[in-house]
Amino acid sequence: MTTSSPEVLRETTQELQRPAATSITWVGHRHGLVGRIAAYVGLVLCVLLIGLPVYWMITGAFKTPQEVYAIPPTWIPLQPTLANFPKAWNSAPFERYYLNSLIVTIFGSGFEVFFAVTSAYAFAFLRFPGKSFVFLLLLAALMVPAQVTILPNYLTVARFGWINTYQGIIIPGASVAYGAFLLRQYYRTLPREIMDAAHVDGASHLRILLSVVTPLSKPAIVSFALLSIVAKWNEFLWPLIVTNTKDMRVLPIGIYWLMVEEGTIDWGVVMAGTLFVVLPVLIVFLYAQRYIVDGIAAGAVKG
Amino acid sequence: MTTKGNRVSPAERREWWLFLLLVGPNLALFAIFTYWPLVYNGYLSFVKWDMLAPVKIWVGLENYRFLFTQAEFRLIMLNTLIFTIASVVLTGSIGLAMALLLNQALRGRDAVRSIVFSPVMLSGAAIGIVWIYIFDPRYGLLDMLLGFVGLDSPNWLLDTAWALPAVIIVHVWKTVGYAVVIYIAGLQAIPRELYEAVVVDGGGAWARFLHVTLPGLSPVIFFLILTTVLASFQAFDIIKVMTNGGPVNATTTLVFYLYEQGFVAFNAGRAGVASIVLFVLMFMFTLVQMRYEERNVHYA
Repeated sequence: MTTSSPEVLRETTQELQRPAATSITWVGHRHGLVGRIAAYVGLVLCVLLIGLPVYWMITGAFKTPQEVYAIPPTWIPLQPTLANFPKAWNSAPFERYYLNSLIVTIFGSGFEVFFAVTSAYAFAFLRFPGKSFVFLLLLAALMVPAQVTILPNYLTVARFGWINTYQGIIIPGASVAYGAFLLRQYYRTLPREIMDAAHVDGASHLRILLSVVTPLSKPAIVSFALLSIVAKWNEFLWPLIVTNTKDMRVLPIGIYWLMVEEGTIDWGVVMAGTLFVVLPVLIVFLYAQRYIVDGIAAGAVKG
Repeated sequence: MTTKGNRVSPAERREWWLFLLLVGPNLALFAIFTYWPLVYNGYLSFVKWDMLAPVKIWVGLENYRFLFTQAEFRLIMLNTLIFTIASVVLTGSIGLAMALLLNQALRGRDAVRSIVFSPVMLSGAAIGIVWIYIFDPRYGLLDMLLGFVGLDSPNWLLDTAWALPAVIIVHVWKTVGYAVVIYIAGLQAIPRELYEAVVVDGGGAWARFLHVTLPGLSPVIFFLILTTVLASFQAFDIIKVMTNGGPVNATTTLVFYLYEQGFVAFNAGRAGVASIVLFVLMFMFTLVQMRYEERNVHYA
């Protein structure tokens, strides 16, 4: 499959003259000046392509009503204003939305993490009859996306009298399969000797779970917890269906209705409202990016 | 739980109780909110019911016959297909290009990685609203950018020809960072010696890409195709916020149709059929994914 054109040979000899330690990628490592410039143009392109809409949201929130409709649009707010934020805050009960989102996220993720930790422990370390069958049951749950279950679940929740309640939003999504697999995978990489030593010391399973396994698998648990928190915070379809009064809306539903009801009379106010939804996640992301990215990559490339 | 000749020891019995304690609640919730709905969807797909009347009328396969012979449902399946294929191809290819770039030693690379990944974390509802503003044909950002290259902006969200491309653009924009993360993880798992071997054999950049990078990434590419297919089947918030399925069904996908029939039109039977179709499609894809992962447990 190799060709031996002069160009390739020249590149190869260059390759061999270099110290072996430099990394070799498909592009070739030492780009000449042109290659370097192309790579940095690529970086700028990535930033523009993905970053520009977010930049637009943020700057839009600081534009005056006149400027937000300017043709052509302005790149930087010419008369930056903070007025949009109180206006957005007062056009809907945002403090209530925050409270609802916090409750739904904390309890929703709390349940998920708790169930993931306990289920993973049972599957990784307990011996009991019927284990593989139960494992299969959990595996099967992975194949049923929440969207498929919304109608029957709505009817079930209605029968429980849970429509428009916190438990109605939280409980149907509290069980977890993906997190259990992720953690089980991680538990199995823990050094067996530590577990054995704990057993010899007469520690019970619950003790081992609490004071040996959980501290040792902190990074994996944090990764999963963050993914779960972000997912719950952003959840849209189920809370949209199961709530029907303003005071039970979570932030994504609140911002959606704000747009539907208020229309797009003032984009500056609407952008400020979207920032209310997005800002907490952006802050979490800035601090805990590494855990989140690790958690996502762990699902794809198995160790 | 005992089988012949395989007696359960007291220790195992104790662990069985502990197991019930640890896994039981999780499983019980799955039974009520995941397995039961599946069965119940099957039942609903055979009845005519407006979700209010005390009785459900058994109609057999009528709901299936109705949907499968209806032009509207064919359009919805076509929308779902276009949305899925476009998302998979665009996310896969743009994501690969970005990952190859962001896997190199460049100044500012980590900051760019963060920016590229950030939309994955953001609320689809909020992001959808931001994009309505961007897509506006008069004062929107996109109109200005298209103007730079001498193009006129279509009326994206109100034009039946452009609404679906518009939601696809937003969906790809939001998910491409996920693909980049997965690709980079895959790229870093490729042993460096393989590249060196190609170089020793006289291979250039293209040869390295073709003979090392691409085969090395193939499991990751496969994984990504499946996860992005599943993600596009489930895309809802962006569509709800940006177009509400319109104009005239132009952006109604299977999930959106299921929601509409269940919670706007109150037609439980048709929502049931849509749920079953969606489930069967996703089930097939997940099965492929799991069989594949089974075979590749020892990879990387």
